[in-house]
Amino acid sequence: MKSPLTLEPLFHIGPAPITEPVVVAWAVMALIGGSAALATRRLALAPSRTQAAVEILVSTIDDQIGATMQRDPAPYRALIGSIFLFTLISNWSSLVPGVEPPTAHIETDAAMALIVFVATIAWGVRSRGLGGYLATFAEPSWVMIPLNVVEQFTRTFSLIVRLFGNVMSGVFVIGIVLTLAGLIVPIPLMALDLLTGTVQAYIFAVLATVFIASAAGERRKPLDDAAPSEERGKT
Amino acid sequence: MNDLIQAVSIFSAALAVGLGAIGPGLGEGRAVASAMEAIARQPEAAGTISRTLFVGLAMIETMAIYCLVIALLVLFANPFIK
Repeated sequence: MKSPLTLEPLFHIGPAPITEPVVVAWAVMALIGGSAALATRRLALAPSRTQAAVEILVSTIDDQIGATMQRDPAPYRALIGSIFLFTLISNWSSLVPGVEPPTAHIETDAAMALIVFVATIAWGVRSRGLGGYLATFAEPSWVMIPLNVVEQFTRTFSLIVRLFGNVMSGVFVIGIVLTLAGLIVPIPLMALDLLTGTVQAYIFAVLATVFIASAAGERRKPLDDAAPSEERGKT
Repeated sequence: MNDLIQAVSIFSAALAVGLGAIGPGLGEGRAVASAMEAIARQPEAAGTISRTLFVGLAMIETMAIYCLVIALLVLFANPFIK
């Protein structure tokens, strides 16, 4: 049985080996970028069907970011929205026959979690200043400094392993069932896989939002309902 | 010697997944039960509750997923099998 942890290079560009997840990830990026460019080519005040659909998508993402962060979602829309859409389409790319989701390999997930890690630090430093951001590590008291530093890395690691484990286990289970039973049997499992893919994409995006919100600190918009601020701090 | 290590790793991989699934199973059951109760009591809050439930379930599920990843490491990337 093929190990889910190793990769065979498809071809080489110069000295760099190119593997299948890289090709699929670039295809997904091209798909998202291309369709976004096509859908926003002729923006009008009275929206066409495509524009209305895109507007619904963007405002849903905005609502979710606003509900989680309790502040204006505009600065975070690009990053969180791209992470959500990329993860979702990557997880669903197994719908195309012969394609394995790039998120089923730990390298893609590690790359995305690294982006979230850097974005967390960048937004923390930007909104509090370098000293202010470093001071948050000493909250609630200086005894917590080692734990807070370790938490930065463990939560990034759990972000990687969560997405990788969920998507990879789906692919793996379908592979095993395919070797046992033939045609129709894996289809319910594939449907379950689509659900898992959606939920995991949502969770990856929500956790990225929560991490960035907790790093960026104080609320600018007054708190009007008890939204999921209790998710903060869990990893 | 290598055969013995392989046999032990297969056994321990099964053990890791089997034992590791108990805790998250119990936890998810409790979480879903409380969410059902909460929705039955307050149907108008169903949206918020199920959103939080999904996030929480994925958190709990991660524990089982960690065990699965450990099992796969033992099976496919075992440092003691040459």
